[in-house]
Amino acid sequence: MNKASPRPLPASIDATVDLLAQADYLADRSLGTVLYLALKMGRPIFLEGEAGVGKTEIAKVLSSTLGRRLIRLQCYEGLDIAAAVYEWNYAAQMIAIRAAEAEGEHDRERLEHDVFSERFLIKRPLLQALEPDAAGAPVLLIDEIDRTDEAFEAFLLEVLADFQVTIPELGTVKAQHPPIVVITSNRTREVHDALKRRCLYHWVGYPSAERELAIVRAKVPGVGKKLSEQVVGFVQGLRKQDLFKAPGVAETLDWAGALSELDVTALDPATVSDTLGVLLKYQDDIARLEGSKVKDLLDQMKSELRAAE
Amino acid sequence: MANELNPARSNLPLKRGGDNDSGRLAENIVYFARALRAAGLPVGPGAVLDALEALKVAGVGTRDDFYWTLHAVFVKRHEHSILFDQAFRIFFRRRGYVDQLLAMMLPQAPSAPQAPKAGATRVHEALFAGLEDKLKKERNVELDARMTVSDREVLQCKDFPQMTAAEIAAAKDAIKRLALPFAEVRTRRLTPHTHGHLIDIRRTLRASMKGGGDFIDLRFIGPNTRPPPLVALLDISGSMSQYSRIFLHFLHSLTDARKRVSTFLFGTRLTNVMRALRERDPDDALAAVSAAVPDWSGGTRIASSLRAFNKLWARRVLAQGAVVLLITDGLERDADETLAFEMDRLHRSCRQLIWLNPLLRFEGFEARARGIRAMLPHVDELRPIHNLESMVGLVASLQHGADASANPKAWLRKVA
Repeated sequence: MNKASPRPLPASIDATVDLLAQADYLADRSLGTVLYLALKMGRPIFLEGEAGVGKTEIAKVLSSTLGRRLIRLQCYEGLDIAAAVYEWNYAAQMIAIRAAEAEGEHDRERLEHDVFSERFLIKRPLLQALEPDAAGAPVLLIDEIDRTDEAFEAFLLEVLADFQVTIPELGTVKAQHPPIVVITSNRTREVHDALKRRCLYHWVGYPSAERELAIVRAKVPGVGKKLSEQVVGFVQGLRKQDLFKAPGVAETLDWAGALSELDVTALDPATVSDTLGVLLKYQDDIARLEGSKVKDLLDQMKSELRAAE
Repeated sequence: MANELNPARSNLPLKRGGDNDSGRLAENIVYFARALRAAGLPVGPGAVLDALEALKVAGVGTRDDFYWTLHAVFVKRHEHSILFDQAFRIFFRRRGYVDQLLAMMLPQAPSAPQAPKAGATRVHEALFAGLEDKLKKERNVELDARMTVSDREVLQCKDFPQMTAAEIAAAKDAIKRLALPFAEVRTRRLTPHTHGHLIDIRRTLRASMKGGGDFIDLRFIGPNTRPPPLVALLDISGSMSQYSRIFLHFLHSLTDARKRVSTFLFGTRLTNVMRALRERDPDDALAAVSAAVPDWSGGTRIASSLRAFNKLWARRVLAQGAVVLLITDGLERDADETLAFEMDRLHRSCRQLIWLNPLLRFEGFEARARGIRAMLPHVDELRPIHNLESMVGLVASLQHGADASANPKAWLRKVA
């Protein structure tokens, strides 16, 4: 990899989809389009969707395929500027003040200027993302933004619109090359329109059967052809059921992995019932599938697979 | 409403915009400003001076220029635009003022009846306060469907009487004083605090710098508090239709006053009216709500509505410790275990579930209905609402509801 010049951004939507496929991320065309536009226009991308559909993965894949540094900001309640943007190194500042005192320096202006200089600044993820990088501007992942509060959202507006941060004591830090910003949300609360307005929005849904099969084969190579088809067919059928939380792609992959660990080659009602906890995480949902329901779903899946052949 | 502000009573001749007699113009502007103020716009004497100055500077020629010049000065918020427009139309008609007044007072209006525009009540009230008393208001007699139960789906729309300025003022005032349970919860965010438990090193350093760094002047931070999100589920079925207006106004004022208030209406289906209630003007908001909801005053399907809420919305609006206000009489015809199941799920997903039941205001109410008995074990509080005639009464009864009578177990024991 040539460190000096950053890898070029994809030149078309197809190139974007291919780029993601290099890292085994199989995106559909709508996601490819939004990603291409975001990269081209230098706009943040806002990804929303159920848990386990691969939102965070997109940022990781972008960073690895483009050879950029990944800077991750995991959001949580109470996240503040000190943890997300910058903090002053207070211990070092105190020592500097003491040292100045010992030298008989009492000029307040001078002292303040010295103490609030970049030397004493601890950079947190958002500020790091604005720094220049030889491999190209980094990928900034702001994960699960719905977990933080509105106050923090408001702060992000400046970063996302102008790619700059204002530090009262120091001035404004502006990125020379804007980072590639990926924001994800599980939608446990509505993110404000003002923030969404600055981003390109994409809803990450469940994949089609065909694409999910390709994902399973790419991500869990040990699974046989027959089992992978049955796993995907069953999960797709399950998503059509009236469940409180339908299984995501992550659950499908977990399940396929678990079944291959158990040396299962084809699904039968007993195995499915025993391993249902990998797919469904709510007791009500599991209870709903008790009795003959699993068998019905399996039969339906098998007849659909036969029809497709 | 102050009658001395009323131009109609003071018998002042009104002047049209193009008049070059600046004395009369000034008088008209003053009265117009007063009317605006009475209609609820924050218009001070400074704005009147500004308006006169603006009219002079702009060299107003046409009626449109005149309109927009005054608009530029008097309207400071988007939602006031509609009130201004109504006031302007009524105040600066081309035809004689008195003629207009008479036309408006005639009960049999010659023109085709039009749905009143939002804000019209307030402007009309502001301009014709004294004369209004003489008019007999025609009232729509609504069918009183209280205490009746049906799960029949009836799709119909609803028109609400508009709010008067006095009602709005009283409502705002009442909401300000309303303290709901969990009015403030501690967040994990820290804020400057005189008696905080942590040292705010940043502010401490800054403060110490002032003295040249010789001594350290400690500053503290402590936890911040904020109101939790509020989710209201309002029953709008036939048995509750009497109360819809007052509850919607209550929820609108609440949406206006607090952040993070989500409102859902349900009869036979669930409708999210969050956006509609965010309209600042109460009349606009209710009109938008009315347009959004297809099942006014029909039957009730509490269980299926709660199910829809739990499945589609609970994860989106109940995060961060939301308090749920469930406003229903609990009269469900087919009360079975699904109702209890959905109530249980709702109860587990939120910080607190408060049931406001308007039936409790009737003496001798007992928790006998099956729906009520199925729901009661899953609520934290059952609050009676004694006074539903006004918002002030509603807020007052909410305020005093949190005593022993709010305990749902007590209601269950009574009939056990």
